[in-house]
Amino acid sequence: MVNEDRTGDGHVPPDARHRPEAADEQPDTGALLLAMRGIQKWFPGARALDGVDLEIRAGEVHCLLGQNGAGKSTLIKVLAGAHQPDAGEILLDGRPVTIPDPVAGLRLGIATIYQELDVVDGLTVAENVFLGHEPARGGFSQRRATTARTRELLRRLGHGDLSPHREVGRLSAAGKQIVSLARALSHDARVIVMDEPSAVLDSEEVVNLFRVVRELTAQGVAVVYISHRLEEIRQIGDRITVVKDGRTVASGLAASTPTDELIRLMTGRSVEYAIPRRPAVRDDAPVLLDVRGLTLRGAFRDVSFRVRGGEVLGLAGLVGSGRSEVLETVFGARRATAGSVEVAGELVRPGSVPHAVAAGIGLCPEERKSQGLLLDEPLFRNVTLSTFTRAARAGFLDEGAERREADAQVRALDVRPADVERPARALSGGNQQKVLLARWLARGCRVLLLDEPTRGVDVGARAEIYALIARLAAEGAAVVVVSSEIGEVLGLSDRVLVLSEGRAVHEGPATGIDEHRVLDLVMEGSAA
Amino acid sequence: MSEQHVTSEQHLAPEVPKADETARVEAEAGETRRSRRPSILRGAAGRNLGLVVALVAICAVGVITAGDRFASVDNLLTILRLASIIGVLSIGMTFVIIGGGIDLSVGSVLGLSSVWASTLATQTLAANTHWIVMVLCALAVGLGAGLINGLLVAYGKVVAFIATLAMMVAARGLAEMISNRRTQIVTVRGFLDFFRGDFLGVPTLVWIFAVVAVAGWVLLNRTTFGRRTIAVGGNPEAARLAGIKVRRHTMYLYALAGLAAGIGGAMMLGRTTAGSSTNGQLYELDAIAAVVVGGTLLAGGRGTIVGTVFGVLIFTTLSNVFTQNNLSISAQAVAKGVIIVVAVLLQQRFAERSRAGT
Repeated sequence: MVNEDRTGDGHVPPDARHRPEAADEQPDTGALLLAMRGIQKWFPGARALDGVDLEIRAGEVHCLLGQNGAGKSTLIKVLAGAHQPDAGEILLDGRPVTIPDPVAGLRLGIATIYQELDVVDGLTVAENVFLGHEPARGGFSQRRATTARTRELLRRLGHGDLSPHREVGRLSAAGKQIVSLARALSHDARVIVMDEPSAVLDSEEVVNLFRVVRELTAQGVAVVYISHRLEEIRQIGDRITVVKDGRTVASGLAASTPTDELIRLMTGRSVEYAIPRRPAVRDDAPVLLDVRGLTLRGAFRDVSFRVRGGEVLGLAGLVGSGRSEVLETVFGARRATAGSVEVAGELVRPGSVPHAVAAGIGLCPEERKSQGLLLDEPLFRNVTLSTFTRAARAGFLDEGAERREADAQVRALDVRPADVERPARALSGGNQQKVLLARWLARGCRVLLLDEPTRGVDVGARAEIYALIARLAAEGAAVVVVSSEIGEVLGLSDRVLVLSEGRAVHEGPATGIDEHRVLDLVMEGSAA
Repeated sequence: MSEQHVTSEQHLAPEVPKADETARVEAEAGETRRSRRPSILRGAAGRNLGLVVALVAICAVGVITAGDRFASVDNLLTILRLASIIGVLSIGMTFVIIGGGIDLSVGSVLGLSSVWASTLATQTLAANTHWIVMVLCALAVGLGAGLINGLLVAYGKVVAFIATLAMMVAARGLAEMISNRRTQIVTVRGFLDFFRGDFLGVPTLVWIFAVVAVAGWVLLNRTTFGRRTIAVGGNPEAARLAGIKVRRHTMYLYALAGLAAGIGGAMMLGRTTAGSSTNGQLYELDAIAAVVVGGTLLAGGRGTIVGTVFGVLIFTTLSNVFTQNNLSISAQAVAKGVIIVVAVLLQQRFAERSRAGT
């Protein structure tokens, strides 16, 4: 780790300007209802929350903004009582509270509406609203009372026309959301957390949802609204808290904060990247990866780029710009609608991972645990997952050879602990990432596609991953890097390709562009 | 031939520990560094210690309650003979379950293959059918049914439970159609001589089980097929992104289970001399129970052949002890149910502990 200083150097650290105290500059929308202070949460090998502050006032829509993996979901799970914080305190009406489980959270008046709506499709609206706390007398449910109260709750939400007797399975996602909200109200919720509620709605439904949210806040309920659609936040939000890398980087911002400012807070550097310098790519270096007119319907279209041996190409763009999809399509994990991929002049069969791997392409996916690793299997089997056939003779495994190969890779990449018998689960995020890289290096891949290589990797290990990427390039590999952190992409790459809404809006040398310009391009692209 | 017996044991002994390193490593993750060559206790025996204890306990009960009637060579061979058919099915089932699936059809497919093979021998046109043809017929029927299951699950994307449930019903029906619901007695000399005979004092059926179990162990622990099985069951997406042909492999797994059912069909035909559409009823449940008790995760990704063999032996020995003591089949069923629940509860406890250790 070269530089851990979060405030030094020329990049203005966002938290210098937007310390939590800055909230006081905002017009008061109501009394302080709920405060989370210095919340920390560790998972094995990763720090999910590293000091989050959140202050919510009665009757406000408080937007929680942050990239995937920034810690939003963990934070709301702590608030809901699904996770227990390892440090920090939660204050409700100024009194410290503990929320040991979700039921306790509901009792305190904190209701969470998750993205996967937790309604029971086979039950009616009224039965869903009062699920688990049906009005009953002597064990007999009081259907009439349930219906009447449900009707009243729906009316409060401005949906008096929704019949309490409707079967929930027949409702649209928007309707189910209303049912979830009514359920929250049935618990006398004072804080309602909504996790990306608009993700499942069309634009008309979103307008309706906003109307409902406004009705709630008018009744003094606080709504914590999570989304990464900035437009929505501008429309519905009163104040904004931005989290990044498990920390609050700005809290209580006005909803009128300029978009580029918000994006910079979400994507900006929290540490100075210790990225080693590399010599310029030689012009006569062979083109290893040549992608032409690649299109995947519904994700991106007409993306072309070439990467030489020894070169690092960065794909920059926001979530949903098609970054990951481009990598997965090049790798054959998705079948391209149009376009071609060539490795060292050889056409790669579209939609075939085995063929792409045989051609020398390796993908380190975004979700290491669910897409990359056999968590319960020892390291060596994870490293050799795409080479064990090669080590085998006539279908019989040679585990000795596999261990030797894995051991050599693990030592070369400095995986710690360098014990190939250990299960992958026991490793930290950074070391798991190295194991995935080792898999493709063992295979001899010359084209490496890295999707968010430093996601969930702690600061020290990041520097190692950067050094590793630089070294692989220096050894002649063609590397394509996707990262949500624009600074990281710019620092690592020789050239950048900026993606916006599935289109390449810019390609050029990484030295000739800065974060602001990339953000402008992204924004222009989404405006177009 | 006694040499062969010895070599197979020599082959097994030193290599068994490796087979269970996965589990061993997981159980000890976060603790001290381990030696690559574990002691006997840390190897297969240690891993399956609970199963060994259970089996020994059941045997002890048998010795105490039935004395020499239980503890005799004859009775031991009886137990093994009874275990053999379910055992073969269970080996196939182990692969399917480790691969993340389930096969409810093996009992019916066993019935179908036994009926098909016996029909060959009882049709007048084929009066002098060679017994090897009958065996090949049973295997082919099993393999074919398994392939259909595999195609439906892997390429048709039908949920395994449903696809194999459909095969379970359909295969039984087809067996009834072929046999006209009649029991077909096999009199083919060579066939009966082989399957009802013995070799070195051990029944052929037991030999077949042993060969299938050893082959299954080698396939799972020593071949690329086995590694793919674990990868596909453990994390199909990771396997796919590592370049493994997940769907094709899934199909092979069901074909393998079908083949095992075909072998079971031939064995059944030999043991009972009768091809009947009712052969092998509910065997799929016995096989699943044996696999689960043997420590294979129903969620896929982890399991052992040794555990499955123990699971089969535990259930068969239990039946035998109950029978020796003139206890009813119903009481056996209750005991079986209890064993399944206890085994799974214990496994969950261990799994949680090893997770917590990492």
